[in-house]
Amino acid sequence: MLRTLSRASAAGLALLTPAAAFAQEAAEAAAPVANPGNNAWMMTATVLVMLMILPGLALFYGGLTRSKNMLSTMTQIGATAALAMLVWVMWGYSLAFGDTVYEGTLGLFVSGGSYFLSGMDASSTAATFTDEVISKYVFVSFQMTFAAITAGLILGATAERMKFNAVMLFVPIWLTIVYFPIAHMVWAGGGLLFEDGALDFAGGTVVHINAGVSGLVLAYLLGKRRGYPAEPMMPHSMTLTMVGTGLLWVGWFGFNAGSALEADGSAGLAMINTFVATAAGALTWMVIERLAGHKGSALGFCSGVIAGLVAVTPAAGNSGPFGAILLGIVAAAVCYFFVAKVKAKFGYDDSLDAFGVHGVGGIVGAIGTAVVYQPFLGGPGDGSTALAVQLGIQVKSVLITIGWAGIGTLIAGYAVKALIGLRVDEETEVNGLDIGEHGERAYN
Amino acid sequence: MRGERVKFIIAVIKPFKLDEVREALGSIGVAGMTVTEVKGFGRQKGQTEIYRGAEYSTNMLPKVKLEIATSDDLAPQVVETIQQTASTEAIGDGKIFVFDLASATRIRTGETGDTAL
Repeated sequence: MLRTLSRASAAGLALLTPAAAFAQEAAEAAAPVANPGNNAWMMTATVLVMLMILPGLALFYGGLTRSKNMLSTMTQIGATAALAMLVWVMWGYSLAFGDTVYEGTLGLFVSGGSYFLSGMDASSTAATFTDEVISKYVFVSFQMTFAAITAGLILGATAERMKFNAVMLFVPIWLTIVYFPIAHMVWAGGGLLFEDGALDFAGGTVVHINAGVSGLVLAYLLGKRRGYPAEPMMPHSMTLTMVGTGLLWVGWFGFNAGSALEADGSAGLAMINTFVATAAGALTWMVIERLAGHKGSALGFCSGVIAGLVAVTPAAGNSGPFGAILLGIVAAAVCYFFVAKVKAKFGYDDSLDAFGVHGVGGIVGAIGTAVVYQPFLGGPGDGSTALAVQLGIQVKSVLITIGWAGIGTLIAGYAVKALIGLRVDEETEVNGLDIGEHGERAYN
Repeated sequence: MRGERVKFIIAVIKPFKLDEVREALGSIGVAGMTVTEVKGFGRQKGQTEIYRGAEYSTNMLPKVKLEIATSDDLAPQVVETIQQTASTEAIGDGKIFVFDLASATRIRTGETGDTAL
C-alpha cells in the first residue's frame, strides 16, 4: 500500500528556463521538506527490519537446523541480505519504485529511470499517504530491507542442502524477475494490484506469500534432504530459535508500523495489531497442541508467533485490534494444521516450513484482510467496498502472487541448476554444510 | 595395613538423582568418583519428541554414569547406598555393576591398593 514518489526536484527541472526563473524560485521555496519526526521514525523502522534479518531470522532458522548446518544457514541469510542491498540500489529500486512510469502494460509490472539511484540526493523526498513527505534515501533504505528479508525467508525451505554459490546466483535473478515486479504491482502507483485496490499494508503478498511459494518451488527443485523424513532431524537449539523469534517480533514493529511511512495514527494501529495478533497466534498454536494430545511446546509458541506476525502483516493498518486477534487465531490454526498434518502427506521437504508458515499464513492474512478491514469488525474501512468485492480483489492478488512467484522461481531455479547446480555433494551434506561449504564449525 | 584388594563399581542412574547419591556416598566415606553423562536404553526404551507435529522417537535416554573404586570392605555398603538413594521405584532407575579391580595406583605418590583411593 506504499505509494510511489513525487519529486519536487522534477518539477523544478521542468521550469529551468530563464523565462520561468521566478516560477522556479517559487517552486523551490515550496519544495516539501521531510518532517524530522517522521524521518526519525522511518530510519528507526528501517533498522528494526534489519534486526529481523540479522540476527533475528538467522537465529530463528539457524536454531531449527542441525548443529552441523548452523553457520551455513546463518551465513546464507547474511550474504543474501547483503547482496540484495546492492542489487536494490543498482536496479531493484528502479524496477519497483523508479521515477519513470511506463505507459501501458509494462507500467503495470515495472518502472524505471532510477538505476543506480540516479537523480537522487539528500534533499529528495518520497510521498507518504498524507501530505507529508519523508527523505527519499530513507524510503529507499526502508524498502531495501524488505527485498533483503524476503530473499532470506526463502532459504528456510532450502536449508541444509543448497550450495552457497547457488544461493548467491539465485538471489539476484529471483529478485529481478520475481520480487521487484511483485513489489511494483502491489505497492507502486500504476502497479497492477495497487490499481485493483488490493489491501497489503506491509507485505503479506509481496513478502510472505512470495517467499513461501518461492521456497516451496525451490525446495521441490532441490529435492529432499538426505535421510528425510526417516531420520530424525531435530532442531539443534530451541534456545536460539526462541531468541530469533523474539528479535523477529521486535523488528516486525518496524516492518508493520513503518509501512505507514510516517509516525502517525495508522502506524500506532499497526503497532497494537502487531502485538495482539501475534499474542493470539502464539497461544492458539500451543492450545491446539494440547487439543491434539501433545504438550504445549516452545517451538509451538515460536511458530504461533511467526504465524500471527505473518497474518497481521497485510492487515496491520487495515484492521482493528480485535480483527487482528481473530486473524492471529485463524492463522495459527491453519498453519498448525498445514505443517503438522498436511505437509506429511506430500513428498516435499520444506525444511523449516517457509511455505507452511509464511506462505500459508500469508494467504490467510491476505484474504482475511478483506474481512477485518470491514467496519463491522472495527476495521478502518468505510464499507464503501463490499466485503465480497474486496474478497475477490484479495483472492486475485493472492493468485497472481502465487503464479508469478511459482513460475519466476522455476525459471530462476532451473537457470541456476543448469549453470552451476543447486545442491551440495553427498559428502558435504553428510558432514554438514558448515565445514563443507565454509570451512568452519559453529561449535568447537 | 589396609588391603590390596579393591573393587570397581559402575552405576548408571537417573541424572536428577546425582546430587543425592553423591551426598549419600560422601557420608559413608567414599572419597572420589568419576561422573559421565551417557546415553543408553533398557526396559524404559526411549522417549518421544514432537517438533511442529513431526514425532521423533529417540531410543536412547540420557543417564549419568558413576565410576567408583573402593575397598573390598566398603563395596557392599556403596552398592546398597546407591541402590537406595537412586531408586524412584520406577523403570529407568538404572543399574549397578561391581568388578574386581586388578590394581589401583595414585599417580602423585605411587601408592597402590586401597591406600591409593
